Amino acid sequence: MAEKVLMKGNEVLAESAIRAGCRFFFGYPITPQTELSAYMAKRMPKEGGTFLQAESEIAAINMVYGASASGARVMTSSSSPGISLKSEGVSYLAGADLPAVIINVMRGGPGLGSIQPSQSDYWQATRALGHGDFQMVVYAPSTVQEMADYVYRAFDIADKYRMPCMIMADGMLGQMMEPVELRERKTDLPAKPWATTGHQHKREHNVANSLYLTAEELDRLNHERFERYEEIKATEQLSEQYLCEDADIVVVAFGASARIARNAVRAAREQGVKVGLLRPITLWPFPVDAVRATIPQAKGYLCVEMNMGQMVEDVRLAVEGQAPVEFFGRTGGVIPTPNEVLENIIALNEKVGE
Amino acid sequence: MSNNEMRLILAGFGGQGLLFGGKVIAYAGLIEDREVSWLPSYGPEMRGGTANCSVTLSDEPIGSPLITDPTALIIMNQPSLDKFEDTVVPGGIIIVDSALTNTPPSRTDVSSFTIPATTSAEEAGLKGLANIVCVGKLWNELHFCERETLDAAIRKAVPARKADMVDKNLAALELGISL
Amino acid sequence: MSETNAEKIVFKRPDSLLPVITNYCPGCPHGIVNRLVAETMDELGIEGKTVGVCPVGCSVMAYKFFGCDMIEAAHGRAPAVATGAKRVNPDNVVFAYQGDGDLASIGMAETVHAATRGEHISVIFINNAIYGMTGGQMAPTSLPNQVTQTSPYGRQVSSAGYPVRVCELLATLDGPAYIERVCVDTPAHVRQAKKAIRKAFQNQIDGIGYSFIEVVSTCPTNWGMTPQDAFAWMRENMLPYYPLGVYRDVVADGYANAAEAAAARAADCPIATQGGAR
Repeated sequence: MAEKVLMKGNEVLAESAIRAGCRFFFGYPITPQTELSAYMAKRMPKEGGTFLQAESEIAAINMVYGASASGARVMTSSSSPGISLKSEGVSYLAGADLPAVIINVMRGGPGLGSIQPSQSDYWQATRALGHGDFQMVVYAPSTVQEMADYVYRAFDIADKYRMPCMIMADGMLGQMMEPVELRERKTDLPAKPWATTGHQHKREHNVANSLYLTAEELDRLNHERFERYEEIKATEQLSEQYLCEDADIVVVAFGASARIARNAVRAAREQGVKVGLLRPITLWPFPVDAVRATIPQAKGYLCVEMNMGQMVEDVRLAVEGQAPVEFFGRTGGVIPTPNEVLENIIALNEKVGE
Repeated sequence: MSNNEMRLILAGFGGQGLLFGGKVIAYAGLIEDREVSWLPSYGPEMRGGTANCSVTLSDEPIGSPLITDPTALIIMNQPSLDKFEDTVVPGGIIIVDSALTNTPPSRTDVSSFTIPATTSAEEAGLKGLANIVCVGKLWNELHFCERETLDAAIRKAVPARKADMVDKNLAALELGISL
Repeated sequence: MSETNAEKIVFKRPDSLLPVITNYCPGCPHGIVNRLVAETMDELGIEGKTVGVCPVGCSVMAYKFFGCDMIEAAHGRAPAVATGAKRVNPDNVVFAYQGDGDLASIGMAETVHAATRGEHISVIFINNAIYGMTGGQMAPTSLPNQVTQTSPYGRQVSSAGYPVRVCELLATLDGPAYIERVCVDTPAHVRQAKKAIRKAFQNQIDGIGYSFIEVVSTCPTNWGMTPQDAFAWMRENMLPYYPLGVYRDVVADGYANAAEAAAARAADCPIATQGGAR
């Protein structure tokens, strides 16, 4: 077992990516992901890798596209407004079936918003980051350890399914330090026979492309891609359940807000309320199976998010009207307090207990 | 919540080393293999304005790293005292640098210690280490880790390029413990 | 071909050009320039280690025409995509092939910054003063008073501003090693264009730096002219605005590469010259 070290979430995302074999990083400055880029700028030259500060987020994601097409493990990071700029490139990555890891250290929105923590890019990440029919695998770590673990995993998943993967962090997780055990350095990376590395006259030419002017061909490719998505839905859902077995009330929260919800759940248990926490770790695929497993026992659900209510829609889709699904959220960088969440748990418990 | 949980806010001006003071305590938790979180305030307000950080040491997984009900405060300016005094849980502890605040804490349901951290540090040739003096005082009151762990934490927290600062930091700890 | 073959082949499809039918309109110079790029790959023996990046525009399908590995980029982003490809495999030869809307309008930031970084890539720029693929809209290089679908009364510089002279603009930067503007309206000009394109690729192989070749071109379809009339219009109107010639050539100026030339340019700036040319 490796020694635990104390590191900031943003730095851990960078270090763990390097350990996962990422040697190419293209970014553009934005708060609150700054430490990640700074870490990459310092480390990449020493790893024989490339750190490049691009002229824009748009350029950065297109450098990612070129590097990914060329067979490299590659990453970019930004925060909410910058992710919007990357959306075009992410759609092209998806359309060309190229792997990449994209970090979103979320801040308040819309527009320039705030620089404080937020979770208001849930819809963007799970529904429509860019035009066209596509999905990304989206991980929402809630500890610095999980930031290390899931960015490491994201590179494997991205390569396995040849698609972009996103890590959804936020300003709080990015800035905080916790003890973390870093994973070992990967040396054995998967072969990429499809990459545009120069054919050396040994194979047909490879093409990285998302353009299909024949309707039937694009239709077929989209169906194929969605078959892959079905496989991912069946095998890649991740979540954590805390005190859910006997829970009347299931709090559903991810990332930073799940940490606050956990405090509130503990406090509510001390008051005798049978409440548990279901924490989605993959936001796409949403852990529908885990939510459904709670339906026979649960009398009500409370979603806690740092937004105006986005994931709550996925919970409602999973619960299919069999129990009330309520929402509590704060935005703009306001972090909900455990007490606020506790009050909402107690209110819901009284309501469904009647 | 564990009775053994320390939820500490260190608050004052940017540049006073509050984030570093918090880091020392976080390292102490790391060395003793406890649950630890450290969260700074961030943003434009850090450039010369108020700065604070939240440090939690616990035996259970830590919920919110953002502390709203601290069990301990280290305060190094008046605005921070005004902002955080009321948030301390009854029975908690407040350590205030008297050189930097005008009025002492008014709470009677907490233990408060007003110490001349900045003045004493300067007199002892430890200018700029009032933060660590306060950490020493906090340890003296709470014993949140083993004594030798605290020294080891200083050694870990001081970056290699400032290794010559280790002894001064250790001296500042001793000074704080004696105040 | 065996030596005993009685027939001598004097002209054939370059090996680096796949045996497919292109989507270029009759009389379009794109075909000539595609061929020059392919001939260059053949002559330098680099098809196997070349990666081309094609744009959004009339050459959007060029990934089907070139035999080397190809990447299709988003509109305007070819220099950024080429940057990623070159950084991953620095021993490969990477080129971007772009039109005027792609390179000088939506992709201007990527164009300028890839150039100023001195990326070791070769950029081929087809400037025909119009958006061809979308049906003839005003381009960043459309001439003053030029009538297009979106400048039906002629490009009014009072509201639409002036065309961008890209070679001149990029020549102000320290990153580029070689910038030349050519055209392909006559055999002599085609030969000159070929020389320039070959040099752009050779520079990359030799590590001299970023090279940029602008080909002043035509669009008979959207200009509404015969190919010959289009070339005449180009000579009459475009060449005075976009003069042919070399805009930067660090080797001709006596430097080993772009970095040396840049250091000489900044000789009076102490911080810029720390450690000499790198």
